[in-house]
Amino acid sequence: MNAVDLLFWLFAVLSVGGGLFMVFSRHPVSAAMFMIVSLVGVAALFVLLESFFLAILQVLVYAGAVMVLFLFIIMLLDVGPEAGKRKLSHFKTGIFGILATFLLVGILLILGNSYDSLALDQSIWPELSESKDGGASQGLPFSTKVSSFGYGLMTKYMLPIQVSGFMLLAAMVGVIILSKKTPAREDVK
Amino acid sequence: MMLSVTPQHFLILSFLLVGIGFLGLLIRRNVLLMLMSLELMLNGINVALLTFSRVGGNLDGGIFVFFIMTVAAAEVAVGLALLVALYKKRNSVLSDDMGLLKN
Repeated sequence: MNAVDLLFWLFAVLSVGGGLFMVFSRHPVSAAMFMIVSLVGVAALFVLLESFFLAILQVLVYAGAVMVLFLFIIMLLDVGPEAGKRKLSHFKTGIFGILATFLLVGILLILGNSYDSLALDQSIWPELSESKDGGASQGLPFSTKVSSFGYGLMTKYMLPIQVSGFMLLAAMVGVIILSKKTPAREDVK
Repeated sequence: MMLSVTPQHFLILSFLLVGIGFLGLLIRRNVLLMLMSLELMLNGINVALLTFSRVGGNLDGGIFVFFIMTVAAAEVAVGLALLVALYKKRNSVLSDDMGLLKN
């Protein structure tokens, strides 16, 4: 049990516990706060997996932009706790819990069945090799450098990055149109 | 890096995150919290992808995590805009109150 292991367990507990508290917390604002804890925990796990760029992106995009947007909407709509409303019956909650457990067990069974073909059992983490040619000879090798991300995005994933750029544009235009006041829509109802 | 945690630890963690997100999607009736649970599921999938990417020594998984983050951010933006539009019409964000086709 070394320090890195300790960090793994700390952040694993942080991310899973944050997720659990998020699911079961009454008030949406506290749920969002627990969600931030969970997202930061996942970002730290990305650091442990030596993907520093993605960890930074996780903090900036998820814990920063997305959760600020969530909190902004929660406060804009003034959503209170659900406690006053009819609560979900214990029967339904039990059914849903069983469904989620089935999902987990199914995934674990699939993992168990494909255990040999995954070749995970050597329990070693391969050493990162920083090849000089940018890895052009062996596809895209795993690397901690941001430049290899850029290389991959600009060569092999040229079309996907353009499509995702267009998707962001479409999302932006869609949000603007959705949030615009349309007097024509009033007489429809 | 000295790491005696095996890749399975990371995979089981990611499955737990997906399971918690799925449970939240089922038991919460506030659409905001359902969207948050969706984010949690996507995060779990990101952890699994990155673990496979690291073990396989291949950056493709990392780049897919990048794309999933992009799509999730766009999805949240559009979803929250739809939610605000819906709130203006129905004055509620609970999924129970959205049973237009029910009766």
